[in-house]
Amino acid sequence: MTFFEKFTLIFTNAKYLDSMLTGLRMTFAISVGAAALGLVLGTIVALVGLASSKNPLIKLPKFICAVYVTVVRGTPMALQLFIMAFVVFAIRGFPLVVTAIIAFGINSGAYVSENIRGGILSVDIGQTEAGRSLGLTAGMTMWYIVIPQAIKNVIPSIGNELIALIKETSIVSMIGMYDLTAAAKNVGSGQNLANYLAPMTVAALFYLAIVYLLTFIIKKIEGRLRESDRR
Amino acid sequence: MIDVKHLTKAFGKHVVLDDISEHIYPGEKVVVIGPSGSGKSTFLRCLNLLEEPTKGTITFQGQEITDPKADINAIRRQMGMVFQHFNLFPNMTIRKNITLAPVQTKLMKQEEADETATALLKRVDLLDKADSYPAQLSGGQKQRIAIVRALAMRPKVMLFDEPTSALDPEMVGEVLDVMKELADEGMTMVVVTHEMGFAREVGSRILFMAGGHILEQNEPHAFFANPKEERTKEFLSKVL
Ligand SMILES: Nc1ncnc2c1ncn2[C@@H]1O[C@H](COP(=O)(O)OP(=O)(O)O)[C@@H](O)[C@H]1O
Ligand SMILES: [Mg+2]
Repeated sequence: MTFFEKFTLIFTNAKYLDSMLTGLRMTFAISVGAAALGLVLGTIVALVGLASSKNPLIKLPKFICAVYVTVVRGTPMALQLFIMAFVVFAIRGFPLVVTAIIAFGINSGAYVSENIRGGILSVDIGQTEAGRSLGLTAGMTMWYIVIPQAIKNVIPSIGNELIALIKETSIVSMIGMYDLTAAAKNVGSGQNLANYLAPMTVAALFYLAIVYLLTFIIKKIEGRLRESDRR
Repeated sequence: MIDVKHLTKAFGKHVVLDDISEHIYPGEKVVVIGPSGSGKSTFLRCLNLLEEPTKGTITFQGQEITDPKADINAIRRQMGMVFQHFNLFPNMTIRKNITLAPVQTKLMKQEEADETATALLKRVDLLDKADSYPAQLSGGQKQRIAIVRALAMRPKVMLFDEPTSALDPEMVGEVLDVMKELADEGMTMVVVTHEMGFAREVGSRILFMAGGHILEQNEPHAFFANPKEERTKEFLSKVL
């Protein structure tokens, strides 16, 4: 069989195709879940980090958030995944997909929070002063004035972060999960195609397609947000 | 209307305002002049607590705003502020810039705020820009919008920090005209500016600041005709 025949076989053989698509669905599920969790977590952590420390009640949350970002950014993703799978959620019957979503979401949240923090700080302080001088509360000023402008600044870097996240999910086979990368390995193994090049190529194309789609969506959102810059 | 007592502001060890006491009466147009770095902006920004005084008290209409328990947002709603760099919200249309605060602070319903915006825009001759974004306006137009944005909150006093300093010379007049009109209507105003013509014509009192003090003050005619302090004379010789 030539490479092309093997490549075609992955799409025509129901068993192989099914295998790849099952893996693809898992990669997709982990990515979407972790991205959603990461965005929510990252936003909260960024806002807590930037909150005025005048109120003593905010001191502890600020400290926790700082520790969280430092620890997550300073340790390997694989180790974080193992800790979630073999320590925190080492519960019989606990769905691995949830474990993975939490592990990757927590990881992504730390990076997203740094992006959002930078984005908020990059908004001219005069914007906040104008909002506050009109009698808007700190929260209203943040929500209606600063965050919309910060989002515009951070969309590109958040996009990069999500792309990195999708590719990083490929390590979930290390805790025995069946994602796109694991599927390619399985289809290429001796009991199946007995050739790795073709399924790895298919997997690569799937990853590329997802990343391309995401890039496209981000460009669209960016374009929309730039509307107010028209002169 | 605004009573300032022993106001001191330091940034770290750098004392920018040194024990200033001053009173601003209803209807007054107080013009603050002085060399760059003398603390004019800091003084103005302390009046609505954009800068927190290090020491001293500020009382607005009988309410001590430097009291930690004071509702600063409610107080700021009655004090409009106009900045050197306009600080319009670039992500909102001109109409939204004007209606955001009145609606969010529940001063007005959206409909009423829209009517107010329309009336204010007509007044500064910019109604045709209602649905534009700030980036599409000239500097003079932006500053006129910034003024009416503050006015939409129906403030009791307006604070201006060098409102024409960032403008091309040909646009200064249109902004000063709006301010003059406002002065004629009886608005209480505190204006930091380098426009001596405006100070002379519109001001009811000139404060000259230097080195964190109000070194000298007088009504405009006497101030410009007979400056007393050496530093005032020196400053005036440079700007007149
Ligand atoms: N946020 C700040 N932090 C530190 N120093 C400041 C700050 N704002 C103003 N200053 C200093 O305070 C002094 C007075 O500033 P300012 O009130 O802006 O003067 P003016 O408006 O008269 O030019 C300057 O020396 C300036 O460097
Ligand atoms: Mg200044």
